[in-house]
Amino acid sequence: MSEELTDDEGRELDAAFFVRWLTAAAEAVDREADQLTELDSPIGDADHGGNMRRGFFAVRDALGSEPPGTPGAVLMLAGRTLVSTVGGASGPLYGTLLRRTGKALGDAGQVSEKELAGALRTGVDAVAQLAGASEGDKTMLDALLPAVGALSEGHGLAAASTAAERGAEATTPLQARKGRASYLGERSIGHQDPGATSSALLLAALAQTAALGVSGTEAENGTGAESGEAGRTANGGA
Amino acid sequence: MKMLINVPESVVPDALRGMALAHPELTVDVEKRLVVRRDAPVAGKVALVSGGGSGHEPLHGGFVGPGMLDAACPGEIFTSPVPDQMVSAAAAVDSGEGVLFVVKNYTGDVLNFDMAAELAEDEGVRVAKVLVQDDVAVTDSTFTAGRRGTGATLFVEKIAGALAAKGAGLERVEAVARQVADSSRSFGVALSACTTPSKGTPTFDLPAGELELGIGIHGEPGRERRAMMTSGEIADFAVDAVLKDLHPDGPVLALVNGMGGTPLLELYGFCAEVHRVLGERRVPVARTLVGNYVTSLDMAGASVTLCRVDEELLRLWDAPVRTPGLCWGV
Repeated sequence: MSEELTDDEGRELDAAFFVRWLTAAAEAVDREADQLTELDSPIGDADHGGNMRRGFFAVRDALGSEPPGTPGAVLMLAGRTLVSTVGGASGPLYGTLLRRTGKALGDAGQVSEKELAGALRTGVDAVAQLAGASEGDKTMLDALLPAVGALSEGHGLAAASTAAERGAEATTPLQARKGRASYLGERSIGHQDPGATSSALLLAALAQTAALGVSGTEAENGTGAESGEAGRTANGGA
Repeated sequence: MKMLINVPESVVPDALRGMALAHPELTVDVEKRLVVRRDAPVAGKVALVSGGGSGHEPLHGGFVGPGMLDAACPGEIFTSPVPDQMVSAAAAVDSGEGVLFVVKNYTGDVLNFDMAAELAEDEGVRVAKVLVQDDVAVTDSTFTAGRRGTGATLFVEKIAGALAAKGAGLERVEAVARQVADSSRSFGVALSACTTPSKGTPTFDLPAGELELGIGIHGEPGRERRAMMTSGEIADFAVDAVLKDLHPDGPVLALVNGMGGTPLLELYGFCAEVHRVLGERRVPVARTLVGNYVTSLDMAGASVTLCRVDEELLRLWDAPVRTPGLCWGV
């Protein structure tokens, strides 16, 4: 990626940041698991919460035991772990999202938010291709596409999270055209899509992790317990 | 809902442990979630591997054995297995003659089996795939994920398994498997929703006095809800829905399949009605199978699957099979 942007105010995100994001995502998925399953009952098969929880707990464990040294490697390990543990459509789709985003980040030790935005676009495009789905089909893409749209317009991670949440909510009146909900035809109308909802959770965890700052504790706190680890891999990012 | 389980999380491994104890002729790997013929790989034979979410028993693990599948990969309940399982299964059963993956057409199954096929081929296993998509309740269009794979899976696994047992090559086994899949159509109804262990309550509300027409096998509701019908009325509706799409010009195989919560007594009564309708429509029935084979946990209801057959397919259907779920001719 040969960007002209110098990133004077762009945060540099290191491997530890991505570990914190995915750990926060695991907590969010765990917290909302019952809700995801509830959404999956009328138009799916009532297992989205449990499947996502199993996968993200496995991601958290994989990253906890041996965290890779670069953002790209963190995301690729997380993606592979999801493919191996989730099953269903969510496993390959979320696995592809993280794996392809990580691959696009290359082997840089740190990446800017702008680089992350570009890589996420690559990951989301890969999901769209794998699923053969596009915006408006009532799938996870209805949260992911608005989010990467907001990012590519330079609105930042908080705006991307908001866009994802609105996108998920906007799936309610749609008729599903992909996935298991599509079997219901018109009866899929009136229900928020569980996949779009879990995608919005991941974006919310990303925005919250970024808002917490480089150390992962407080924005100005450079001496917290976690900052040591962040500092080690950040390698002079400050 | 009361269930004969310990905790929801261990339902699948608990069942696999029991299966291992009840069927010493199978190798059941509880950790890797594989059910494999103990004598695999069978020298000189094309191997059949299938799999899918659990909750449809005896499909697929109950169809592992001589004359049918070489291995099955059970996923979590109603969740497709992960690629690692199919890659391990393919490695365990491949004799060098190649492996046929029998895949039911659900987004998750297709994605995971595709990934597995790629990985297995990287490891030097020749892999062919057949997609089962027989459920006429789903419109096959660009506006859906395509038709679901349901009862026809049993026909594909039995007939292709018999052909493989006779020593046919991978291309031939794949072609006949596809012929069976393409010649089969199904339609199902639910009298009650099913309850997944993790949720603990029915997946949809179905009031007393109503039934769902056009259901799948994952507790998802159907296309239409009506006031409760008699067995004869349901047979009229289901058989006509299948025939409208199948247009048989000769004999058919018929599967009168229970969804898991309907007694065999009712299923045989329903079978009589299915035969009555087929007789009225001048469709000769070559063979009939009645029972709970492609189920949806404790759902009450039934499905009808018809398959157009010729002499060769009938001979393969009649060939010996020895599995926990289907056993004859041996």
